[in-house]
Amino acid sequence: MTEVDTLPPNTADPGTTAALSVDGLWKVFGPRADKVIGTPDAELPRPELLKKTGCVAAVKEVSFDVAPGEVFVVMGLSGSGKSTLVRCLTRLIEPTAGTVTIDGHDITNASDAQLRDLRRHHVSMVFQHFGLLPHRQVIDNVAYGLEIRGVSKAERRKKAGEIVDLVGLTGNEQSYPDQLSGGMQQRVGLARALAGDPSLLLFDEPFSALDPLIRRDMQNEVIRLQEDLQKTMVFITHDLQEALKLGDRILIMRDGAIVQVGTPADVVANPADDYVRDFVSDVPRSHVLTLRYVMREPRPDDSSEGPIMSPDTIVRQAARAALASDHVVRVVDNGELVGIVDDDAILRIVVAEESVSP
Amino acid sequence: MSSIATVRPKTHDTGALATLRARWRLVSLLAVVAMWVLVWAFTRGEQTLAIQASDRTDIHGWFLARTTAIENADNVVTSLLAALSSGMDATLLFLQHLFTVPEYPRPYPQIGWLGALAIASLAAYAVAGWRQVLVVAPSFLLFGLLGYYEDAMDLLIVTGVAVAVALLIGIPLGIWMGHSKIVAAVVTPVLDVMQTMPSFVYLLPFSILFGIGPAVAALVTLVYAMPPSVRVTAYAVRGVSTTTLEATDSLGQNRWQRLRHVELPMAKRTIIVGVNQTTMAALAMATIAAYVDGPGLGQPVLEGLRRGQLGKSFVAGLAIVIMAIMLDRTTTAASTRSDRVARGDRDTGRVRTVALVAGTVVTLAAVYLSNSYTWANQFPEGVNIGDPISTKVDDLADWLRSDLSAITTGVQETFTLYFLNPVQDLVANSPWFVAGLAILAIAWIVGGVRALGAAAVCLAGIYWLDLWNNAMITLTAVLVATVVVMILGLAVGVWMGRSQVVDRSVRPVLDAAQTMPPFVYLIPVLVLFDANRFTAMVAGIIYAAPVAIKLIADGVSGVSATTVEAAESAGSSRLQMITKVQLPMARGSILLAANQGLLYVLSMVVIGGMVGAGALGFDIVYGFRQANFAGKGLAAGITIVLIGIMLDRITTYGARRAQSPGRATVRRKRLSLSRAET
Repeated sequence: MTEVDTLPPNTADPGTTAALSVDGLWKVFGPRADKVIGTPDAELPRPELLKKTGCVAAVKEVSFDVAPGEVFVVMGLSGSGKSTLVRCLTRLIEPTAGTVTIDGHDITNASDAQLRDLRRHHVSMVFQHFGLLPHRQVIDNVAYGLEIRGVSKAERRKKAGEIVDLVGLTGNEQSYPDQLSGGMQQRVGLARALAGDPSLLLFDEPFSALDPLIRRDMQNEVIRLQEDLQKTMVFITHDLQEALKLGDRILIMRDGAIVQVGTPADVVANPADDYVRDFVSDVPRSHVLTLRYVMREPRPDDSSEGPIMSPDTIVRQAARAALASDHVVRVVDNGELVGIVDDDAILRIVVAEESVSP
Repeated sequence: MSSIATVRPKTHDTGALATLRARWRLVSLLAVVAMWVLVWAFTRGEQTLAIQASDRTDIHGWFLARTTAIENADNVVTSLLAALSSGMDATLLFLQHLFTVPEYPRPYPQIGWLGALAIASLAAYAVAGWRQVLVVAPSFLLFGLLGYYEDAMDLLIVTGVAVAVALLIGIPLGIWMGHSKIVAAVVTPVLDVMQTMPSFVYLLPFSILFGIGPAVAALVTLVYAMPPSVRVTAYAVRGVSTTTLEATDSLGQNRWQRLRHVELPMAKRTIIVGVNQTTMAALAMATIAAYVDGPGLGQPVLEGLRRGQLGKSFVAGLAIVIMAIMLDRTTTAASTRSDRVARGDRDTGRVRTVALVAGTVVTLAAVYLSNSYTWANQFPEGVNIGDPISTKVDDLADWLRSDLSAITTGVQETFTLYFLNPVQDLVANSPWFVAGLAILAIAWIVGGVRALGAAAVCLAGIYWLDLWNNAMITLTAVLVATVVVMILGLAVGVWMGRSQVVDRSVRPVLDAAQTMPPFVYLIPVLVLFDANRFTAMVAGIIYAAPVAIKLIADGVSGVSATTVEAAESAGSSRLQMITKVQLPMARGSILLAANQGLLYVLSMVVIGGMVGAGALGFDIVYGFRQANFAGKGLAAGITIVLIGIMLDRITTYGARRAQSPGRATVRRKRLSLSRAET
């Protein structure tokens, strides 16, 4: 298991405060759940724990930090505890132990009023099954968050109208949710979350209920919005492709515990265990890995006439130029030569892929 | 039996064994009955605990002493009840002065028929849409034409006030119950008992507490009518999508905002279904409340029954049926309309505002006219269709009884001689402990240990109340009538369940039949047969058949289409399909139909006490008439409730078992799961 505390240096700068910080979070369902934590029972596999204590540990000792503006993806199969985890962040589900800190505020000890304030102003969530109000028009669904914090009708409708335009729902303001397709409904869900101008957005498998083409559109929508708005996002998914596409970093969960945290390339290049390796085995590595993961140490006899590239260049993008040149590629970071990529290294990735992919 | 099934290793639990176990239940049932008959043959007539109608025992005396004590008591509770009663009286009198009872020195009430018609039409338009005006306005005209305008208005007033108060208490209670598992756990059993109690049983205790008159009629009506609104509201609130609740919670709403903006709007439609049920229950009770001198259409029905003027009862009953249809249609339409309103029926928005304003103006004018002019106040007497109908019905009854009596008495005597009498002989003429043991054995076989426990408690209570023999006679009537109900239910239900065409044509008739108050059912049956126990049973059968038929039809049509298709492709004949696939798979619904059939028949058999049904029904009626017998009447009421609870528990547990064959293991798994989820 990868150490959680030592974050990869390129993403979380220790100098800045984290937008979200989770420390030692536990959620145990069942009778006398709090008594399980700290005992040897807590280490038992799920079926044995259930048999012995009647409890289910949905989230086990999870800790991580999310930097401002980062898209942090939590990935796992169903039952891995990821949806419970994201609900614990704003205490839609009450955590059993551990602390959650958002923008420096301790959530876990907040009063009901403080919690409501946090939910109204700082954190919003998008849900898998949308959770729209069927008796309200799109515009009033979007404005609902503003309405409950007491914004006047004219003002909240104006603000909601802007957000409706932003998510591409222009012209559907007066529709009712059941008149819209699934993808459109999720746009309403997204707009509702954005309307309160939160700094942190939580997504709970938002696109799992949509068909593949719509899902791709919506993923691109999220990427576009992220470029425009620079929100911090925690994104739950069971879809590895989605995780790799959206995530700055990915947390992989299994049976409630963290298996690995890292950048997409990190996870694909250095799987923490067989579970993750199995997971990422189908991923087209050339689409994810960067030169950092394929370069070797420079040697004195290396040619210095080849193309210069950044270590964050994706292999697939580098391949054509690298193979076309007679010389090896020099990987330069901040003006300093950090490694060499030769044709063999490129071909190992690309060809290996050809033989694995169907 | 279920415990054996779980102990045995799973691999041995094959289909053959399961069939054997199912057979075992049937075999043991037959064995119990055979034993019973055998013992009865030697002990017949001994220790039956029969008492004369004019006999009272110590326990009845004890009840009488308690009732007298309550009537004469003077403490906080009684003064509170008195205040309640006088408050209700004042409300009713105010409304009656408006619509039905002239207030000196005025010779006529403040608002006459024209004003009332206009107000009702406007209200119907406002809550249910313009189509309902076409139901409500003619209904009001018909009340007048039938000659029962005042009685109809009185019934509406009592029903309306009772429904208003019942909803005022019931809906908040239902919301609370929907939110709190503890409240639900406390309230649900109370509602269960309240809904098992036949309406007639409510009357005696209420008349002891509050005397007789309009106030007690409204109070008993509101108590009787409240349970559906509580139950349905709780169900509606619990049914609100958890995703939506979670999503809106995540926006930081407080509890009040959650209730007002999310839960109530989303539960509204279902809650109005509860309003419909409450209204129909209230109408049924308000009619029977004629027994405690409640005003309204129940009065002429009862008077006609007492004097043998069936025509009069029939016409008043007709007015009740019209009112039932009117109220049912309007509240149902209000429910579907609430959906359209929630979806912002913008097209009709402006039209509606204009129509409402215009309607209000017209209504005010009509109210003014009916206040000032006799023709608009008193319904014109010249146009009366009630009297001719009444005469025709009386003639028809005479004709049926003289010329057709061969057939009607033939049916009646055959049924009584070959079916009713032998069963009654067995159940009521066995020694009490033999009958009791047999019932316990049957309860255990059908419903398992929990049914056995419930039956034991109920039978002990019946024994203690000293009305064992009468209880057995009533029980016989209920069982025999329910057998007929189930035969009808299976025949028509299977027919409906197998054919959509049949379903579509029969169902509306059943729906209409179910909206009618039970009181009304007695009248046409009385036209055919004289007043005796057979009449009450026939009325009970007609009253209970619709619900049983519908449940069985739903069960049969609910059998998965894939299973039917598979059985068909295996070459099943029609009979095989029905007996081997559809009925076995619908057995949960069939037991539920038996459950409802028993309770419906029971409530009717009790009302039948007033038309010569005898036994417990008579004891209650007699308790009303003779103050000295109030104690016995009360004991009879409790006995009926105990019979109802016993039958309900046995069939409910039986139905629950039938619905999940692998029951014990499945239940245990579910339990552990639900524990993990909370």
